[in-house]
This record gives sequence, C-alpha cells and structure tokens, in this order.
Amino acid sequence: MKKYLKLSVFVLSSIPFLLISYKIFFNKLGPEPIKEITHFTGEWTLIFICLTLSMSPLKRFTNSIVWVSCRRMLGLFVFFYATLHLLTYVGLDYRFDWSPILDDVVKKKYIFIGFAAWLLLLPLVITSSQKMVLMLKNNWKKLHRLIYVIAIFGSLHYIWLSKTIFFKPLIYFIIIFVLLALRIKIKNGKMNYG
Amino acid sequence: MKKIKYSEITPEKIYKNRRKFVKDLGLAAGSIFLSQNLITSANANIESEELKLTDYKYVTTYNNYYEFGTGKSDPVEKSQKFKTKPWDLVIDGEVEKPLKLSMEEIKTMFPSEERIYKLRCVEGWSMVIPWLGFPLNKILKKVSPTSKGKFVKFTSILDPEQMFGQRFPILDWPYKEGLRIDEAMHDLTILVTGLYGKKLPNQNGSPLRLMVPWKYGFKSSKAIVNIKLVEKMPVSSWMKASPNEYGFYSNVNPTVDHPRWSQASERVIGGGIISPRIPTTMFNGYGDEVANLYTGMDLKKYF
Repeated sequence: MKKYLKLSVFVLSSIPFLLISYKIFFNKLGPEPIKEITHFTGEWTLIFICLTLSMSPLKRFTNSIVWVSCRRMLGLFVFFYATLHLLTYVGLDYRFDWSPILDDVVKKKYIFIGFAAWLLLLPLVITSSQKMVLMLKNNWKKLHRLIYVIAIFGSLHYIWLSKTIFFKPLIYFIIIFVLLALRIKIKNGKMNYG
Repeated sequence: MKKIKYSEITPEKIYKNRRKFVKDLGLAAGSIFLSQNLITSANANIESEELKLTDYKYVTTYNNYYEFGTGKSDPVEKSQKFKTKPWDLVIDGEVEKPLKLSMEEIKTMFPSEERIYKLRCVEGWSMVIPWLGFPLNKILKKVSPTSKGKFVKFTSILDPEQMFGQRFPILDWPYKEGLRIDEAMHDLTILVTGLYGKKLPNQNGSPLRLMVPWKYGFKSSKAIVNIKLVEKMPVSSWMKASPNEYGFYSNVNPTVDHPRWSQASERVIGGGIISPRIPTTMFNGYGDEVANLYTGMDLKKYF
C-alpha cells in the first residue's frame, strides 16, 4: 500500500518535468522559451516547497502519518526542480557566461537569495537517506529545519524579481507564511513537536 | 474605414527604414564601446537578429498591460470585449487652443505612416514592430503649447468595470506617464493607431497609444484619453509605485541597471530556445537621433 502511494507520488511529481520536456521538444514554449522554462521550473520549485511544508500540518489535522512518508520524496523534488531552474538560468539563458552571472549573484538580491536557497538545499539532499537520519539523530531534525529558511528565501526571490507583488508572488508568500505560522502554533501548544 | 494590408506597404520604405535602423544600431553600439568599454566581443550578427520583425502572433499575445492582469497572456485573453468606440482624446493644460478629438477625427486629420521600431521592455526583452502612427508633435502643434508647457502628461482610461486589473491597487490608476516637451516634440515619438498594417489590437493599447522607441516600454502609455501640457514634471504611475526603480526618463541604458536586475543584455522575442541574449544598446539604438536631448545630463542620476 505504502509502496503504491510512493510510486504514485513519484509519478505525479514527474508530470511537470514531462510536460516541460514535451514543450521543449515540440516547440510549444511561446515567445520567450527560455523565460518560460525558467519560470516553469521556478514555480514548480515553489509548489514543491509548499507541498513539502504541508505534510506535517496534514499529519496533525488528519491524525495520519501517511503524509510523512511522502515528505522526503517531495523534498527531493524541490531540489530536482530547483536545480533545473538554476541550470536553465546558468546554461540556457547565460550560456555559462560566468562574468554577468557572478555579477548578478553579487549585486542583485533576488539572484543572491535564490542562489543561497539552492546552496542551502545541498546539505538537506546529502543527508536525506535513512542512514543519515539515524547517524545524525536529533541534529537531523535541526538541520532539516533549513527548509523554513529556504521557503522564505524562495518566496522573497519571487517577490524581488517581479515588477509587482500582484498576484502570484503574493499568493506564494501567503501560502508559505501560513504553512510556517502553523508550525509556530504547534510548537507553543506541544513541547514534543516533531 | 480604409485598411492597408501589410503586404501593400512599399518595399522601398521598409528597406529605407531598415537601413536607417542598421545605421543607428551601429553607431550606438560603437559609442558604447568607446565610452563604457562594455562590449568587448564583436556584435556582427546583432543587426540581422534585431531587424527581424517579431511575429504578429507574439506582438499580439505577449503583452504587459496591467489593466487587464499582470500575466503576459492576460491582455489578449481579457481585453477582447473592451470597448474602444466611442473614444475621445482631450488635449489641454498649458495650451492656447485646447482640443477634444474623436478617434475618427484623429484618423482623418493625422494620416498614419509605417514606423518599424524596436521595443525594449524594462524586464529585459525586445521586439521589432511595424507600427502605424503619426508624430505626436503634429497633434501638439495643433493646440499651440504655451511657454509654461514644459512637460506632457499622458493619462490612460480609467474603467474598472471593463479593466479588472484596475480593481486592485497594482498601480496608481489610471495609468499616468510623462515626457519632457522636447522628447514629446521629437519626430521619433509617435501616437500609434495600428500595427502590421492593421487596426491596433485591444491588447496593444487600442485605440490610441504612445510609442517612444528609445525609452523602456512602460513609458509608452496605452489607451490614452488625455494629453495635458503641464509646467512641472508629472509623476508617472510607475514612479509612484517604486520611485527608486522607475525614473521619469527611463531611457534604455545598458550601463544603468534596474536596482533589482541587470539591463546590460536582452532576449529577443521569438528567437527560440537557441537564440542567445543580445547586448542592449544605449537609447535602444536611437542614440544618433536623441542623444542630443540629454547633453550634459547625468543619466545615472536622471534614470
């Protein structure tokens, strides 16, 4: 049962990737294909961040631990789409022309914070295996709270790159804010938050 | 109403326009090279790349027109029912002879000509569009601006019933923009009534919009109802929204970044996944004609 659940989550989570691949191969990306890929992978990164952050609250509301079994995979999909997003920017958009890229990372806050968020994902990916969970014990939990920082960075990245906060950047900000606020409540109510 | 098909426009004219365009771009690129030392690689392919007209499909489906939503495809999807008839344009303020003209009067009084201009958006992309329009100075001369008319303020229509974006505080509605009088009188500054030999589509600012090719796209107001000559520099909607990001001048300038993103290069719309970014040129390639308007001005300060 659990196996099927994980398989279906994997298949569903792959759909955006298959969709953008189809659009690339069949030239259905519209007037600004590179921006389309960048925005598509960026938005799906944010969606997967929201999904990952939803699992603990869902566990609490439904009294079922089934959600938590999907969390790791969803988290890895955050990294997958974030990496595609980064590669699109570095490779497709700027053709690995490092000087303007480095200039942007240093000078432009939305690039800086986006890149920082991607870097922060690395320790989470490296320590995502069951072996690592056992090895790091309590530190694992602490380390993986980095996802809260990553979520905030991701949301700010979107707000700062947009000409106006209306509407999508604001919507993602609110969703992430609510998902994080739910945790503060849990923490105050229950000492054994996990 | 007489419609000119794009295919009927004389090839000589296009040819001439294009040659002029090549010249402008070449000179502009050269001057940047000398003064800023920014462009170090040869840009031999820029002209052919930039001169290619952007597909009609893209010109009319990829738009920034926040009155109809902030997504690029919102304008084409949500503006089709927008009513552009009847439409009046009022030209008043510091003028001797204020005027109120209907669109029909405007079209008969000021015959449109074709102008192929490059449009550079502040977001970092560009298109090349064959506009139909006439110089703004023709209409301004009719009203005789007084010596107090130092700036021109453009106000677009306010109609939240038809424009759902205006029901949200995205910008200070109605959309307001402005030009200095010499910029407004410049021959390159046109009022647009059509594109690609056709009537101006709603999503492109029908029935009447501005086009100032050496400035970022947002300076070229859409669906204009009022042109007012004023003494003091008007505050545009974008200046009000974010004064440190959008200046009054907003000339295309690769050396002055938007505070949040670079303006050094741009993507050509419709170029496809393999087309590279191109370097952005000073005054969008029109420096030859307009640089003299800004002699002695610090364009970093007056961005």
